[in-house]
Amino acid sequence: MDVGPERNSLLAYARNWLVGLRSGELGVLPIIGGLLLTAVVFQSLNDNYLTPGNLVNLVSQGAAISTIAMGLVLVLLIGEIDLSVGYVSGVAAVILAQMLLPDGSDLPTGFALLAAVAAGMSIGALHGLLITKLKMPSFVVTLAGLLAWNGVVLMIIGSQGSIIIQDRAVVSLSGSYLTPDVAWAFFGILMVAYSISLVLARRNRMSRNLAVEPAALLLLRIVGLALVAGTVVSVANLSRGIPFVVVLITVLYVVLNYVLTNTRFGVWVYSIGGSIEAARRAGINTDRVRIYVFMIASSMAAIGGIILASRLRSVDSNVGGGSLLLYSIAAAVIGGTSLFGGRGSARSAILGALVIASIDNGLGLLGLGSGQKFTITGLVLLAAVAVDSLSRYGRIQAGRS
Amino acid sequence: MTDAPLLELRGVSKNFGAVQALKDVDMTINPGEIVALVGDNGSGKSTLVKSVAGIHQVSSGAILLNGEPFAIRSPRDSADLGIQVVYQDLALADNLDVVENMFLGREQTNKLGKLDHNGMECRALEVLDQLAVTTIRSVRQPVASLSGGQRQSVAVSKAVMWSAKIVLLDEPTAALGVEQTRHVLDLVLRLGQQGLGVVLISHNLHDVFEVADRIVALRLGQKVAELDRRTATQTEVVEAITFGRVSSVPGQSGATTS
Ligand SMILES: Nc1ncnc2c1ncn2[C@@H]1O[C@H](COP(=O)(O)OP(=O)(O)OP(=O)(O)O)[C@@H](O)[C@H]1O
Ligand SMILES: [Mg+2]
Repeated sequence: MDVGPERNSLLAYARNWLVGLRSGELGVLPIIGGLLLTAVVFQSLNDNYLTPGNLVNLVSQGAAISTIAMGLVLVLLIGEIDLSVGYVSGVAAVILAQMLLPDGSDLPTGFALLAAVAAGMSIGALHGLLITKLKMPSFVVTLAGLLAWNGVVLMIIGSQGSIIIQDRAVVSLSGSYLTPDVAWAFFGILMVAYSISLVLARRNRMSRNLAVEPAALLLLRIVGLALVAGTVVSVANLSRGIPFVVVLITVLYVVLNYVLTNTRFGVWVYSIGGSIEAARRAGINTDRVRIYVFMIASSMAAIGGIILASRLRSVDSNVGGGSLLLYSIAAAVIGGTSLFGGRGSARSAILGALVIASIDNGLGLLGLGSGQKFTITGLVLLAAVAVDSLSRYGRIQAGRS
Repeated sequence: MTDAPLLELRGVSKNFGAVQALKDVDMTINPGEIVALVGDNGSGKSTLVKSVAGIHQVSSGAILLNGEPFAIRSPRDSADLGIQVVYQDLALADNLDVVENMFLGREQTNKLGKLDHNGMECRALEVLDQLAVTTIRSVRQPVASLSGGQRQSVAVSKAVMWSAKIVLLDEPTAALGVEQTRHVLDLVLRLGQQGLGVVLISHNLHDVFEVADRIVALRLGQKVAELDRRTATQTEVVEAITFGRVSSVPGQSGATTS
């Protein structure tokens, strides 16, 4: 409504941003701050932390968590929870490993991968149906799922103890790296696509006389991404290179982000988290949307399980257990997705997973065990939620809840 | 069939378990007519609106449009039939912005299914402008940051935007200031002039007498009076609401069927 000239200057924008900051719209700042802080602390404690080799490691370690967390973001957005994603990823991993056993059946790898993801999707559909049609709380259904799918993992593995994965394609999913040239090409494609989409969106708004961001800000965004992504590629190239899973996760992120921000389904997901009754009255089939959300979350969990299996090159009776579920939920929340529904983004899963992987990796380098890792990650989760609560309080005070 | 009213309720009842919220209610709305629905708290006004909107299914009775009975099973059904509703409660999603709320459930997309954010924003600005809703700073702010009156204006604008045939407004002015109330009442009058059928629920008899053609009073879920605005007095309406005294004014549409 106001396309006033003062809105179009970068200075005015910066001022607005500062006002927002003071009233609690922190955005990604706390996470960036947290990542920098962990980097400084761990580097001062151990020189190996900020080496290219370790950073590449760290990213690979966060891959499964960020994939699972991306699916969880959708569940959290509709104001529900999915406690089963850990063992659902386990089920997918076991199915994959079992199907690829070199027992002469020679199933194509692609078929096994599809079957693993399809298993995840069906599990999600089952959970979704129970939650929507029988009107059971998602907490209970997925808690039951946590137990039951753990049981299924144990039954499939049976007395084998563990299954070694020998399939070359699956192993190379986590074990292969982009050559420097390919990495830069990937970087180039990403930057060109991002720039074009920003410029086109801005042009479209200008042609319709809608308020637009100052051109300088747009340039700042593009340069910012170029700097960050460029640094990542340069550093990774000093070591083994960009892990292939990073490409996979980037693609998953771009798709999910597009779905959330540019499709009707995305708006409906947010609306259900904001007010499910308002969504229902708007004629949205809320049951169907919720079922799809649980299907997507379980499918993403299955993909996470595949990534995990490929990194460990084997699947044992602990697959999908341990800290996987809690780390994934923590990642989404640390990244800024609200547990109360309606607020969050695909981005939060990746940023949160980076934070968790950084801490886990750093403490590992210091030779600390799970006890210390869990305690400190728990404290970080608390700190993240505290920042969120305080900033929400700030928003309410400023009337921008 | 040609003279059939736009919307007709025939012997509509609605039970919530043991609570009978509506009992054998008959009502008609003709094109271009503004009918006020009045009654004490809990008399069943919102229940009636929600039954027509498809949020509740009636326990017995029929809802007819242009003389034809329709089973309205969901809000989608009612919207498809050209019925738009401004709800008393829970009408908007707080976390969505003004544009997203106005288009919720009916988002515009391009051929590939991508949301047409800018097209929707333009249309929303246009409608808000037409309705003289000028106090909203940005249509891209979440409605949580709007005042009660601004939220109500958004809800009304949303209903109007979809060129409905029938608009039901459940206490649309309850939270509004003097000027915003003025805007909404003008809007209601304009809807009537455009040939739409309008049902307005209000506790403010002054407002009711200003815009309504006909006044229907509910008490304990039953229709106790149907009055012509031109001949009725405020006292009559108050008596109907509080004591349920049935006035003997014949509805000009001959609504009663039994
Ligand atoms: N979903 C529901 N479940 C059970 N009872 C309900 C439900 N909705 C309404 N009722 C009951 O139906 C009756 C009519 O309620 P309704 O909301 O229609 O009143 P109203 O006339 O709109 O009142 P108000 O002026 O306060 O808005 C009340 O006794 C109420 O308790
Ligand atoms: Mg009511």
